[in-house]
Amino acid sequence: MTLSPYVSLTVLFVAALAFGLTPLGLAWLWGRVFSPAKPNATKNAIYECGLESKGDAWVQFRPAYYLYAIIFLIFDVEAVFLLPFAVAFTGLGYAACLSMLIFVLLLVEGLAWAWAKGVLTWE
Amino acid sequence: MAVDEKLKIELGKQGILVTTLQELYNWGRRNSVWPMQFGLACCAIEMIATTMARYDMARFGAEVFRPSPRQADLMIISGTVTKKMAPQVVRLYNQMAEPKYVIAMGACAISGGPFKQGYNVLKGIDRYIPVDVHIPGCPPRPEALLQAFITLQKKIDDQRLTGEQRPPHLDEKAQGEFPVPKYGEHDLEPSSNPGVWPVPITIR
Ligand code: SF4
Repeated sequence: MTLSPYVSLTVLFVAALAFGLTPLGLAWLWGRVFSPAKPNATKNAIYECGLESKGDAWVQFRPAYYLYAIIFLIFDVEAVFLLPFAVAFTGLGYAACLSMLIFVLLLVEGLAWAWAKGVLTWE
Repeated sequence: MAVDEKLKIELGKQGILVTTLQELYNWGRRNSVWPMQFGLACCAIEMIATTMARYDMARFGAEVFRPSPRQADLMIISGTVTKKMAPQVVRLYNQMAEPKYVIAMGACAISGGPFKQGYNVLKGIDRYIPVDVHIPGCPPRPEALLQAFITLQKKIDDQRLTGEQRPPHLDEKAQGEFPVPKYGEHDLEPSSNPGVWPVPITIR
């Protein structure tokens, strides 16, 4: 009888799982059985450098910065494309220049759109 | 079952280690104390010096200063405890996991020190939480903190796990919560915890 090639993989997988889970399980068991727990309200309270916690941690952040970051990233990457174009500019033909112009104009259109939407004005 | 000290040494010479569960347990605890990372005033500078290369507290197994009370079992009160800060200190002590120990470092922490007459300084942190080792000095030298730490290790070593004298963390009935004082009109309320600090009676 020939063993499937996956048998050794399965054995290894189970061993790896046990290797990770056994210490966790032991720690859990130790905590359940032996740990001298003395819970109380103060101890179980949220830790905030000794102060009592106020309010909720789920506060909202404005997405304005996110848009800024995206626009910056786009023009950052554009510079990477423009550099080789500029270096090889004298040797380029008519078609290459046109396609590069279209590329830049596409991005400029995006910038104009963002500008018109008021993304660039920071409140 | 206690093993005779002499017999133990004799066996040790033959390369046989005899120990008890209690000794093993205390040996482990004593050599891996994790202090909590917080300093209150000038004494904290000496505490920091103690952990650095020159005095090197790591030699005694206590170099891992934890920034959270959940992972710490030693609180070094290093400095002046103002009345503004006292509730926070007591709350942090409450939030530490059992077993926990306290070293009061410096004149301020044990009695109010140079600021004892001040209206805003707590006259010793032992009014609210049980202190295991007091170190006098203003500030105590790093050697003094090491000495206090070794004293604490001895204390841990001597703790029995069963019987009447067992440490509070193994005692079901021992006090687990230490009331956090509130800011009152003139002073902290209550001004001390009678469970850990009986108010001394002044006889004139
Ligand atoms: S005991 Fe002295 S050195 Fe320590 S905190 Fe108080 S004033 Fe500062």
